[in-house]
Amino acid sequence: MADTTKKNPLVRISKRSDIKGWKAMGIRAIAFVIALLIVGVVSTATVGGDIIKIYTTLFIGNLMTQRTVWALLESIAFLLLVSLAVTPAFKMRFWNIGAEGQTLMGVLGAAMIVNYLGGKIPEPALLLLMFATSIIFAAVWAVVPALFKAYFNTNETLFTLMMNYVAIQLVKFFIQAWSGKGNTGSKDFNYGYLPKIGGNEYLLGILIVVVITVLVTIYLKRSKHGYELSVVGESENTARYIGINVKAVIIRTMILSGVLCGVLGFILFGKSANLYETAAGGRGFTAILVSWLAKFNPIYMVGTSSLVAFLQSGAKRAGDLYSAGKFFTDLTVGIFFFCIIASEFFINYTVKFRKKTQKIISEVAIEEKVEEVNE
Amino acid sequence: MKKVLAIVLCVALLAGLCVSLIACNGDGDDTFKIGFICLHDENSTYDKNFLDGVAEVKAKLGLTDDQIIIKKNIPESNDCYVAAAELADAGCDIVFANSFGHEKHILKAAKEFPEVQFCHATGTMAHTENVANFHNAFASIYEGRYLAGVAAGVKLQEMMAADNTVVPKIGYVGAYTYAEVVSGYTSFYLGVKSIVSNVTMEVQFTGSWYDEIEEKNAANALINNGCVLISQHADSWGAPTACETAGVPNVSYNGSTKSACPNTFIISSRINWAPYYEYIINQVKNGEAIATDWTGTIATGSVVLTDLNEDAYASATTAAAAKTAINTAKANLQNGSLKVFATDTFTVDGQALTSYKADVDTDDAFTPDTEVIVNGYFDESAKRSAPYFDINIDGITLLNTKF
Repeated sequence: MADTTKKNPLVRISKRSDIKGWKAMGIRAIAFVIALLIVGVVSTATVGGDIIKIYTTLFIGNLMTQRTVWALLESIAFLLLVSLAVTPAFKMRFWNIGAEGQTLMGVLGAAMIVNYLGGKIPEPALLLLMFATSIIFAAVWAVVPALFKAYFNTNETLFTLMMNYVAIQLVKFFIQAWSGKGNTGSKDFNYGYLPKIGGNEYLLGILIVVVITVLVTIYLKRSKHGYELSVVGESENTARYIGINVKAVIIRTMILSGVLCGVLGFILFGKSANLYETAAGGRGFTAILVSWLAKFNPIYMVGTSSLVAFLQSGAKRAGDLYSAGKFFTDLTVGIFFFCIIASEFFINYTVKFRKKTQKIISEVAIEEKVEEVNE
Repeated sequence: MKKVLAIVLCVALLAGLCVSLIACNGDGDDTFKIGFICLHDENSTYDKNFLDGVAEVKAKLGLTDDQIIIKKNIPESNDCYVAAAELADAGCDIVFANSFGHEKHILKAAKEFPEVQFCHATGTMAHTENVANFHNAFASIYEGRYLAGVAAGVKLQEMMAADNTVVPKIGYVGAYTYAEVVSGYTSFYLGVKSIVSNVTMEVQFTGSWYDEIEEKNAANALINNGCVLISQHADSWGAPTACETAGVPNVSYNGSTKSACPNTFIISSRINWAPYYEYIINQVKNGEAIATDWTGTIATGSVVLTDLNEDAYASATTAAAAKTAINTAKANLQNGSLKVFATDTFTVDGQALTSYKADVDTDDAFTPDTEVIVNGYFDESAKRSAPYFDINIDGITLLNTKF
């Protein structure tokens, strides 16, 4: 045979777990730069604006005034809170994608109290009741799929997803019931505003989230509960073998998720005392990504939620420059997500390209050599 | 290594903060700026209509890109307040918001920024709130709908003349069952009735301002019910395109839908917001006060009709007759000899209306508070700019209600 070369695959992919920290960061940085370049190309193609202006707005648009800085910190805090809420469940491989609905139920709980008791009882009592109801509503929304998972082994991903839509319809129902003739798709109230700290309407919500972040970190890393749920996540059988009550862990953890979403629902309602079906603002879904990117670590999550919230609101402002609306925000954030997620692939896997065609000694060649020697 | 990421991000954030503190000193300019807050974007005919007005006034007054900031897709929530506050921070002299549910949040911003003028379309609270820099505006669009109804009436007459089996029943797709929509379909109906006196109308509500599928379904349901002509007050192209598919004539709203419905689009009324924008901009530039509650009319150029689509008529003669009928009615509306809601043109439960109290001053219980029948007509849009005609008149059947 004349052809003595054997074909190697063009690309070889193998798993790696030993990548150095600086190298991983480098890959992420490259992904970020690539995302920036794509955003540049896409924005030129769509809104046709000045690239430099778009880039600067994307980055420092959030930081132009005190208000925008506070608003940014607040959106980071809110996103972080939902991410913290879904994390314990994720750690035990319970894919809760219902944080959106759970948060919305929290908003509805607060609205319910305000609708029936607003102006009739003192404001502090009203706020306490709102807080309690928000938490209960959201926890119920979280615990229902958990019960079904624990006792009937239903698919929690589908279940929690469906619960989102039920929550939206419930909110719509109550908006109509409470608005009567004046239904405009949202219901405004005059009571139930969160108190301002020193005239600052952002601070209280942010402080609550800071405290919760610390608590959740301790819970996951230092408590028995935290340990148990990671064992359940690794292997249910192992958990059972060492005497962990898996059902109880699932239910308990989802209640915690619900409670945290309920806290956010309470804060969201307290911001503007109104009820509308998109009050959770898609955070329940974005949080999945935030939590995953942070490898379910609450401290890293501060970083990932900052990154995502920063990009989201920066992209919104950049879009405003050219009156581009929501599509521009979604597109820009989507490009960044895509590149960042892609970069995780290159961190976890090593990709080797085929070097120039290698001559491989085939059997034929060996035979030839043997013949030569024999001669 | 993720810790490093977190630290890097925090540092980046702080660095950005410092940059911004240096950067934000430069915005103390005194050029005129106006900011717009829109509920959706151009995909909604409602928002597109506002944005078209912006483009028109921008060209007319020679405003630059930097003088106009538009924020789209702003929900009726705290986001609206934040958007308004940011526009004020950005140096806007006027902030304009376009959706009913924005009102409360705009009002909050108005109280916080007394030096900025806040104008809100379709709202009802300015005339009772007494906040000097907060203003409402709307237009007497019921007059435009009446005129569009006249055009539809001539078409209906033509259809009946061509085929004597045609029953004069028309259909209307409405968003919600409240005054703005009731006022609109009643005036449209009365316009048709001024030509075809025995016309009846069925109304189907979708319960949403923008739901293409539902609007399409509602239009098809009406057509299946025997309605031979359809109009709508909802913001998608659902109803007009359903009519085009079914070959049923359609009167549109917020602008022409002729591009997608070349054979069935008759005419469309719309509020042109450019005159109001021009008015508020000039008032602010001249240092004069903006009216608390402003109602645009045919005379101010706020209530307009698109060109009549002659292709929707079987013959050029009827198309010409429609034009004449519209022009006559328009002239009479302007000289005051014709009133859309004249009490001798409609009955309620078989009786002519002699007295009616409407809920003009907003309260949670919708308490009727103001007598609105004057000199033999229902005085729409006079006591406040936002519509308050909410009576079910004879000849109109509501197939459902959506509040």
